Amino acid sequence: MRTDPAFRLGPGMQRVIRLGLLTALLLTVAAFCLGPVLWQAITSLKPNSALVRLPPVFPESPTLDHYRAVFTKSALGHDMLNSLIVAMTSTALAIGLGSLCAFTLARLPLPGKHLVLGLFLGISMFPPIATISSIYLLIRAFGLRDTLLALILIHTTYALPLAVWVLTSFFRQVPLELYWAARVDGCSPLRALISVILPPAVPGVAVAALLVFIYSWNEFMFALTLTATERARTAPVAIALFPGLHEVPWGDMAAATLVVTAPVILLALLFQRQIVAGLTAGSVKG
Amino acid sequence: MANASRPSPFPPQSGLARPRVKLTEQVWAPVLASPALLLIMLFALGPIVGTFWLAFHRHLPIFQVYEFIGLRNFSRLLTDERFWSACGTTFYFTVVSVALELLLGLIIALLLHGPLSGQHRSASTMQTDAGGRMREWRVKDWIGVVILLPWIVPTVVSARIWEWLYHPEYGLLNYFLVKVGLVQEPINWLGDPISALHGAILMDVWKATPFVAILLLAALRAIPQDLYLAARVDGAGPWATFRQVTLPLLLPVILIVLTFRTMDAFRVFDAVYVLTGGGPGNSTETLSIYAYKTLFQMLQFGYGSALACAMFGLISLVTAAYLLLLRRQLQA
Repeated sequence: MRTDPAFRLGPGMQRVIRLGLLTALLLTVAAFCLGPVLWQAITSLKPNSALVRLPPVFPESPTLDHYRAVFTKSALGHDMLNSLIVAMTSTALAIGLGSLCAFTLARLPLPGKHLVLGLFLGISMFPPIATISSIYLLIRAFGLRDTLLALILIHTTYALPLAVWVLTSFFRQVPLELYWAARVDGCSPLRALISVILPPAVPGVAVAALLVFIYSWNEFMFALTLTATERARTAPVAIALFPGLHEVPWGDMAAATLVVTAPVILLALLFQRQIVAGLTAGSVKG
Repeated sequence: MANASRPSPFPPQSGLARPRVKLTEQVWAPVLASPALLLIMLFALGPIVGTFWLAFHRHLPIFQVYEFIGLRNFSRLLTDERFWSACGTTFYFTVVSVALELLLGLIIALLLHGPLSGQHRSASTMQTDAGGRMREWRVKDWIGVVILLPWIVPTVVSARIWEWLYHPEYGLLNYFLVKVGLVQEPINWLGDPISALHGAILMDVWKATPFVAILLLAALRAIPQDLYLAARVDGAGPWATFRQVTLPLLLPVILIVLTFRTMDAFRVFDAVYVLTGGGPGNSTETLSIYAYKTLFQMLQFGYGSALACAMFGLISLVTAAYLLLLRRQLQA
């Protein structure tokens, strides 16, 4: 930027100022979004003695003790495995059953179709607290309390509206001629769905699967209510009930929260576009 | 909703749509849709009806009490000060956090859209070298991931993160505020009713602003570039362009985002439950938390269900209002 001010002050300077301002604003936004999570990461690397004094913001002698403690002293590893089983099974079920339903809504004649879509939208909006008392009694009556199956059933149900909405909009983009060509060739509707409709809609299926997985991995109220012991406890519940005798062990807690968040951060890094597409699918296009 | 206007997906009078084929479709449709609908009936619609049913009963599971008491739970609501205080807290939390999220989200969306996409640039700088553009793309991608982060972090985790930031002795927030000189001595953020509620709001703003920004950014990108060009030809400045072009076209999406965010903020549970547990006192107790505590700590299933029903009613009213607004907007 060694320009003679007498020549270039006008547009050149303006551009520099604008770029500087823009960079500063973007950095502020990034700091606001990242800061709290970064602070948690810094905390997780500090030994206990360094947690109770602040002037050194960055750890002078970083340690992995908290991560070791989280996996050896607490059941977090087991709880994360529970979370993984629940989230993966719920995703598979919601996508499987959701595809069948979305295909029907997109391509087959069903009376009251718009009613069904409206119903799904309504269900995705009503507060979980409005169903929790009955669900608790129902799950207890089925003898499913404190089982992974209970969580899988509930998470699948509450992820279905989302999955069906996203999938229906993607299935509608697959040309109708493809479907009828398969039918004329002698495929049953189900066979046509699997071999003709699904393949071109794979990006949409991935979007729906990501959103369902993230929902199930993060879900808290049902997981808290329907589990009682380590047997079926999921990771978010473990974070909420993190053991601490008198004072919360902040270093261990920081390590635990990061470990639980790591899978979804990984998904965000790998599939940022798909997740954003899923978030915007319903509201902007619809 | 908007799909309602779509024509029937069934093929027009093409030679392929023979009656026999259509008949097969009519048999398959309910079969394929039924597993999903069955789950919805069993675990979503059924329980809603069940909750309303429970609300007319006195049900204390541990004492085996289960009796019909008509509307007495609802008349108890009217005189329950804790219910009204929870209503106030919920409304305040919703209005303040959604307003802030919309404002900040709009600013971030405009920031990410305008300067980075090149539409506000003069024609000459729009043809920058390929290298310059490449770099801009990369910045945009990174910002995209960074912005997604707060939204994607489990709510329970974000509550724990902020609890630590707000820590009276070792929290980063107090450290900064004291260092900068804004406050003389550390504040016990979560120990005071007013600051605890605003602390919860700040956490919600942190978490949900990205969602708003992402949706508004997508809407901004859907606005045809010719409109901006036309505005520039007409000599409109940036502010006039925003008022006359951007805002009107953004309004439907803003309303949809407002609806989503209001529903979410109104039913807030995990974030506040883990951050403050509803305290200090009951100062941050929202309707969801009060209903939850009544159900699973006091084990009053009848009254707890009545609280949940009241909340369901309130949320339906708010949604209906938004839908009316949205419809009027779409018709205009």
